[in-house]
Amino acid sequence: MAVSRIDQKFAQLKKQGRCALVTFTTAGDPDYDTALNILKDLPSAGADIIELGMPFSDPMADGPAIQAGSIRALKGGMTSRKLLQMVAEFRKTDRETPIILMGYYNPIYIYGVDKFLEDALKAGVDGLIIVDLPPEEDSELAIPAKAAQMGCIHLATPTTDPARLTNILKNASGFLYYVSIAGITGTQEPDLESVRAAIEMIRKQTDLPIAVGFGIKTPENARSFADFSDAVVVGSAIVNIIADNIDQEGLANPALEARVLDFVKMLKAGVRKAKISEGEE
Amino acid sequence: MTPHKNTFKSGPDNEGRFGKFGGRFVAETLMPLILDLEEAYRASKKDPAFKAEFDGLLAEFVGRPSPLYYAERLTEYLGGAKIYFKREELNHTGAHKINNCIGQILLARRMGKSRIIAETGAGQHGVATATVCARFGMKCVIYMGEKDIERQKPNVFRMKLLGAEIIPVTCGSQSLKDAMNEAMRDWVANVADTFYIIGTAAGPHPYPELVRDFQSVIGIESREQILAKEGRLPDSLVACVGGGSNAIGLFHPFLDDDIDMYGVEAAGYGLDTDKHAASLAGGKPGVLHGNRTYLLMDDDGQIEEAHSISAGLDYPGIGPEHSWLHEVKRVKYVPVTDQEALEAFQICTQYEGIIPALESAHAIAYVLKFAPTLPKDHLMVMNLSGRGDKDIFTVADALGAKI
Repeated sequence: MAVSRIDQKFAQLKKQGRCALVTFTTAGDPDYDTALNILKDLPSAGADIIELGMPFSDPMADGPAIQAGSIRALKGGMTSRKLLQMVAEFRKTDRETPIILMGYYNPIYIYGVDKFLEDALKAGVDGLIIVDLPPEEDSELAIPAKAAQMGCIHLATPTTDPARLTNILKNASGFLYYVSIAGITGTQEPDLESVRAAIEMIRKQTDLPIAVGFGIKTPENARSFADFSDAVVVGSAIVNIIADNIDQEGLANPALEARVLDFVKMLKAGVRKAKISEGEE
Repeated sequence: MTPHKNTFKSGPDNEGRFGKFGGRFVAETLMPLILDLEEAYRASKKDPAFKAEFDGLLAEFVGRPSPLYYAERLTEYLGGAKIYFKREELNHTGAHKINNCIGQILLARRMGKSRIIAETGAGQHGVATATVCARFGMKCVIYMGEKDIERQKPNVFRMKLLGAEIIPVTCGSQSLKDAMNEAMRDWVANVADTFYIIGTAAGPHPYPELVRDFQSVIGIESREQILAKEGRLPDSLVACVGGGSNAIGLFHPFLDDDIDMYGVEAAGYGLDTDKHAASLAGGKPGVLHGNRTYLLMDDDGQIEEAHSISAGLDYPGIGPEHSWLHEVKRVKYVPVTDQEALEAFQICTQYEGIIPALESAHAIAYVLKFAPTLPKDHLMVMNLSGRGDKDIFTVADALGAKI
């Protein structure tokens, strides 16, 4: 099997002693064209890995920012097929940046798991993060994804104990996503020291790179978490910039793309200031 | 794995499935808690003290057993089957919802939780939850769609009197489904001290099982009562189905008997419109709120808004055990429209002197259609799951009357 784009990216970053910046935006937010333009420019602005949200009508693990982004995208007519088309468009010009889809299970289940995996791989998707599939439900998607050589990123949380972690890691690939708070996206402030301790515990059980996300909002935040993790994920803070730059009809103002990308550049600068990640040892 | 062939009562299996339905589709943050809940529930089932306390509260706080009542005038009027009402509307707080709340708050206490959250649509489950929280001195937070707060003002005030905090839900369709989303978000953020009292036989395993078990008192009593009155089991059972807790509570103890069962779904403006809440008749299997079950959704898997005149049935899903009973054809699910329910509401009120909840009026509407086609020696038990005082404003509005 060829080395996956995710593995390649982490190997490359490790060589450079850098932590990855992972950006989250919702596919189709605020509209297809704007979202695609942002997507295309994210790597040059500093995104090492792109998380693309699959909009869902009932995003139970998300806070107000990403809920609103999801609703905007659906109102704009976003569908799973259009989402994969967007990824395929992106892949025409970028063959290196990993794209991870993040969302909920129902749209994939309705698309048909095998068909979805096939079409997503064809479009150039590298991995999936499905929030409402704990390891107890691995047979639904994680195991078929593994067989199809699609990355299946699992989540560990502050409520995960070492025994559960073993289960989570069983079918995990790509990297492990550590949810830094017991809560929904973009709400509480994560506690740096408890996250650090959790990651130390996780490293004893796996060699997978570890990403931290769910509450990182500023370049300063990103830097502090980058000190001891392999990737930091910023979502709600980026999505909020989109929300702030659309009019009442949901139309993007001309500065929207530049403002999103400027913020990503600032995040990147923050991450670059971090000490060499402990993943180096 | 499918439940054992010779019984319809062996589900769920170890993965929380009824056939392919059910399961545990929740965020990792909640998983440890759900496993703890399952363990606590298993332990409580083996603990005679738990059962004694549950039974004691049902008897003295709820007022059980609820009567099995011969609806004599309705039977005469329809001229067919002999109709009995299981009078769940006579329970404390006016519906079957309290049975489940008593069970769950005892579990919450057993697990050392001090804060209770719940979702509510019509407000019946919210009132029942606020009631048991007052009784047990626990903090109570109720999530309710802003639209439902507007149409269910008396229940909102009741909950406040009982000491609950009501949090209006402004996202999405602002009704029951969104209240459930918001309750789950609260739960994820407060796992350490919070217990989520889910109001219907749905959600992640073990909720569908434990809600069913707590509600099964309805069927267990009905069996004893009909045997005492008629010396034999009924020929048919009828109950309305939203999430389906009153129906599964009545049906479950009879599943292995030779009895026809009818679950009545809310067909709103009609199944040929997009304004209904009949997830079995008009939906397909999908995954939402922790379980796989029949859901109303579009071709892309986005959940659609339900519609029913009855706020308690206004939900785009159904409990997973009903989805299974539907697929194995053990229970027949039938639709009843808003209009039919409104007519049944009035007929029940005028012929039996009982104002039924609009939810229960759906079951009555099916009885009105079905009973006249049956012989006089056919025994039918219908679950009168709630009282209709809460609905008089909605009904007045629909009939064009001013109160």
